[in-house]
Amino acid sequence: MTSLFSKFEGLASALGSVVAAGGRNPFAVVIEKPLSSTVGIIEGRETLLFGTNNYLGLSQSERAIKAAQTAAATCGVGTTGSRIANGTQSLHRHLERKIADFFKRRDAMVFSTGYQANLGMISALAGKDDYLILDADSHASIYDGSRLSAAQVIRFRHNSPDDLYKRLKRLDAPNSAKLIVVEGIYSMTGNVAPMAEFAAVKRETDAYLMVDEAHSFGVLGENGRGAAEAEGVEADVDFIVGTFSKSLGTVGGYCVSDHPELEFVRLNCRPYMFTASLPPEVIAATGAALEDMIAQPELRRQLMDNAAHLHAGFTGLGLNASKRVSPVIAVTLETVEQAIPMWNRLLELGVYVNLSLPPATPDSRPLLRCSVMATHTTEQIDQALAIFGQAAMECGVPLQPQGA
Amino acid sequence: MSETVESVSALIIQKLLANPKVPRDIDGNCKIMEDLAFDSLAVMNFVMEVEDSLDVSVPLDKLADIRTINDLAACIVDLKNKG
Repeated sequence: MTSLFSKFEGLASALGSVVAAGGRNPFAVVIEKPLSSTVGIIEGRETLLFGTNNYLGLSQSERAIKAAQTAAATCGVGTTGSRIANGTQSLHRHLERKIADFFKRRDAMVFSTGYQANLGMISALAGKDDYLILDADSHASIYDGSRLSAAQVIRFRHNSPDDLYKRLKRLDAPNSAKLIVVEGIYSMTGNVAPMAEFAAVKRETDAYLMVDEAHSFGVLGENGRGAAEAEGVEADVDFIVGTFSKSLGTVGGYCVSDHPELEFVRLNCRPYMFTASLPPEVIAATGAALEDMIAQPELRRQLMDNAAHLHAGFTGLGLNASKRVSPVIAVTLETVEQAIPMWNRLLELGVYVNLSLPPATPDSRPLLRCSVMATHTTEQIDQALAIFGQAAMECGVPLQPQGA
Repeated sequence: MSETVESVSALIIQKLLANPKVPRDIDGNCKIMEDLAFDSLAVMNFVMEVEDSLDVSVPLDKLADIRTINDLAACIVDLKNKG
């Protein structure tokens, strides 16, 4: 009998090597107890959290916790149904209104996860006669959405407006609709999209533009509306998608748009229709976290100050950090043989970051991916930097301090 | 507009050989993922290079049916002829 599992043999052997090289499985870390937004207990030790995407620290928002408690007590802990059947309570509609108002858009759809927001919007919007034009470094949810759609899918070179333009011009399809999909901040590298240039290409080529602001919502722009706001091109963006599971600290996804047809997308969107809606406590907590975010713009300034501090520290140590300062800072190492021991040593010394190994990284080199929080103290960042310096030295990672 | 499967296949092989990790004895019947040990991302990135050399775009869904270098060449010639 052919084994169903033979396809996993390569993976099993790769995972075995990773575990053998470092002593633990980096993909099975358990946070035994979060003590605050920035510290958790891992392997019995207090560990600084520098890899949780909890940019504003709102997973621990008092206002959100109280809202969740009240909603659970008054509405129960689940909706037991789809948004288009029994799964829409007034809480869901209120949150959609709040999100739409925040983005100054006509309407919003709330999905059960950010993954489903991309999966749902891309597959519902792009039909078999349409073209999807994706940034090559797009998140898996964008690729999966494009597979679920019947559209023709074309990739363009990461963050390159010129390459996007060239590929759009190459298409000889005057009767096809074209949807460009980019991200505000790329989750693995922290790269920020050149939104003004993408918007110019969109205008010149009569395409539609979707921006996934998952990592830039609450982070970029005067009001936290993301990369499009930061570059003043929101009017060119047809659809903004995003998640509640980063800057708002809960879970769920959304799409906002001024196109009135969003109402019909609700009825043509499998990842929206065929899954249970978010439970009342999550919806209520998300709305409260959004209020927190709006009421505390200083969180965004603190976040960027902290990101600049960590980035300058990495550069000072001689580590190869992302070029641009953003709350996602990836330290690139040359080899997997360096990255695995260093990630393990960081954890043993009390810092949790994300280990990203090729092929899940853009240029075949491993990354120690860090995400910064507004709630990190200067002392915590300095402590993390000292631990990075120690771990790099102990693991023989070559350092090239600035100016060297 | 005069590309044939043979000429496109030769161009693909030439591009592949520019990568020192690729075995030296490849031909049009080589399977791109299995014989060249390319992962899915490497295949997509390589196809992007070929697209630019030949001024053609290969939609991702077409890649699902492509296993060998000659399959990729045939797909590109087909796309060019349609254009």
